[in-house]
Amino acid sequence: MAEIRNYTMNFGPQHPAAHGVLRLILEMDGETVVRADPHIGLLHRATEKLAESKPFNQSIGYLDRLDYMSMMCNEHAYVRAIEQLLGIEPPPRAQYIRTMFDEITRFSNHLLWIASCGIDLGAMTVFLYAFREREMVMDMYEAVSGARMHAAYYRPGGVYRDLPEQMAPYKESRWTKGKDLKRRNEWREGSLLDFIEAFAKDVPDKIDEYETLLTNNRIWKQRTVGIGVVSPEKALQMGCSGVMLRGSGVEWDLRKKQPYAMYDKMDFDIPVGVGGDCYDRYLVRVEEMRQSARIILQCVDWLKKNPGHVMLKNFKVIPPTREEMKDDMEALIHHFKLFTEGYSVPAGETYAAVEAPKGEFGCYLVSDGANKPFRAHFRAPGFAHLSGMNEMARGHMLADAVAIISTLDLVFGEVDR
Amino acid sequence: MSDTTKAISELFSNRFGDRVVFRSLENGIASIDVEVDAWLEVCRALRDEEDFSYEQLTDLCGVDYLSYGQSEWETEDVSNEGFGRGVEGFGPGRFNWAERPEAVDVKQRFGIVVHLLSFRHNRRLRLRCYAPDEGMPIVPSLVEIWSSANWYERETFDLFGVVFEGHPDLRRILTDYGFTGHPFRKDFPLIGNVAVRYDSLKKRVVYEPVEIEPRVGVPRVLRDDSRYNTDELDQAADVAAEKEAAEAAPLDEQEN
Repeated sequence: MAEIRNYTMNFGPQHPAAHGVLRLILEMDGETVVRADPHIGLLHRATEKLAESKPFNQSIGYLDRLDYMSMMCNEHAYVRAIEQLLGIEPPPRAQYIRTMFDEITRFSNHLLWIASCGIDLGAMTVFLYAFREREMVMDMYEAVSGARMHAAYYRPGGVYRDLPEQMAPYKESRWTKGKDLKRRNEWREGSLLDFIEAFAKDVPDKIDEYETLLTNNRIWKQRTVGIGVVSPEKALQMGCSGVMLRGSGVEWDLRKKQPYAMYDKMDFDIPVGVGGDCYDRYLVRVEEMRQSARIILQCVDWLKKNPGHVMLKNFKVIPPTREEMKDDMEALIHHFKLFTEGYSVPAGETYAAVEAPKGEFGCYLVSDGANKPFRAHFRAPGFAHLSGMNEMARGHMLADAVAIISTLDLVFGEVDR
Repeated sequence: MSDTTKAISELFSNRFGDRVVFRSLENGIASIDVEVDAWLEVCRALRDEEDFSYEQLTDLCGVDYLSYGQSEWETEDVSNEGFGRGVEGFGPGRFNWAERPEAVDVKQRFGIVVHLLSFRHNRRLRLRCYAPDEGMPIVPSLVEIWSSANWYERETFDLFGVVFEGHPDLRRILTDYGFTGHPFRKDFPLIGNVAVRYDSLKKRVVYEPVEIEPRVGVPRVLRDDSRYNTDELDQAADVAAEKEAAEAAPLDEQEN
């Protein structure tokens, strides 16, 4: 019999199951993974260095492009860090809007995750279902910020503008007309909040649909149960956060433990897994989607009852509105200074973390009193998760490596920064 | 110093003495400086001891303190230069590789900042140590204590050139294969030093010196005047909001 040796296999950097540009060097013994060595950095854009060279506000757009599946949560961490250094607190309405959009973002992230993870493991149909709802989430983003994905909506001191009174309906076209048009515009008669409310009320039914496809599916379970098990102790050691931690049975969620925005006023539950395998992580994410819908409804309820400012009135940091500029000299000067020079942030350092859909997204900001950050560091959850890849994949089959990468919920925008 | 701050600062000084300097307690995160010689010992105690039990290293990053607190445009006094022209400074993005600024002798240029999280006490801690030698910064590696430090230390080595003694696998992680230099150092130009393109004659990718000019839209400005005394500003804002509400109220009544 011929001598069989280990051989090395190159997985990626362009592989549909690598979720971006991951080059994974796998040392294989037949079909079994002996060692996995992820090579990252193919999407490295030096976001942190760029942030050091611009005034604070100009970097908000970069944050969207880090984890480009959960845009507003990234912004939230950065904006909170600036607010902590400045010592300002946004008005309650802005806090509720942030809470609501964080949850909308979480929902959209998990939606995309369930879709792409399904495809990776051979369940094509979930993708089609999930993208139907994702389109509506993109519409919410667009209604509020004008951009479908890269919103740059959160600003230090609040959010860029108030929620629109009118949700944009579909117009009649060659592709959308008659009954179809009416059905699509059914929720779009009123304001954005009405649209979000109708959507969030409908979401549990939609999640039931995904679950019918996957939860008790024999093939799905064979591909995920017992794969990539992470024990709670290992999860802490490896720096896991978010679903990776909760899937392993550690009850930890920053929204409950270190509440920010309006999460301490929200009523929601934290799902926790038992086994720490891919299947548990799937179940946790599905349940989180249901909880997100609950939080969204509570926020909608409050926002409908309480109009008010969504931005602080502090012209040293927050630009005045166009109308104020037209008849107030002071406002014009402030506007000019803020857009040519920006605001200087008092010297100091801070670390602000939010519970992003993928885990703890943190922003470490050092200021030396200038109008640009001296050092900005973004703590991406995916970076820590991927570093544990070797330990998780060792001893598994090649096809299981795909399941593990998938349930880590990686986005290379944030891993490579 | 408030009571909580004092209690926490004493917790550290009682246990570690002068190897640790307590700096602040802000936004619920205590911040301490650790002597580089005691780095491993202190970290091990922080993980294992009941009072601290920081089970997780959430984040580790480097900071290059070169040019800390230096501005590019004078704000203290009157200047005859327009803000738009700024100065011929050497701030980030303002120089190319050939004329990069000499690293002036900063006593402690490279800092390593670690964020720890204790799940038991629901507490965060920021640790910092300085690499003693600026030319060849070496810091002991924390991989033995928290395995999540592995990739963070590789990243810091890659971007700042800080060497972690005892790291099992200290390779570059984020930059290209065969990259030279440490891009996040302050004396590394924002535009980089080489550009990559595909040469159709040689039929391979070639590296060439960058041709673009470095340019920065907004000069770096330090302001330490009282405009950011936010407490006063908040009060002023409250007054303004009340006034606005008072003005708006009669209008509503008129409409009714």
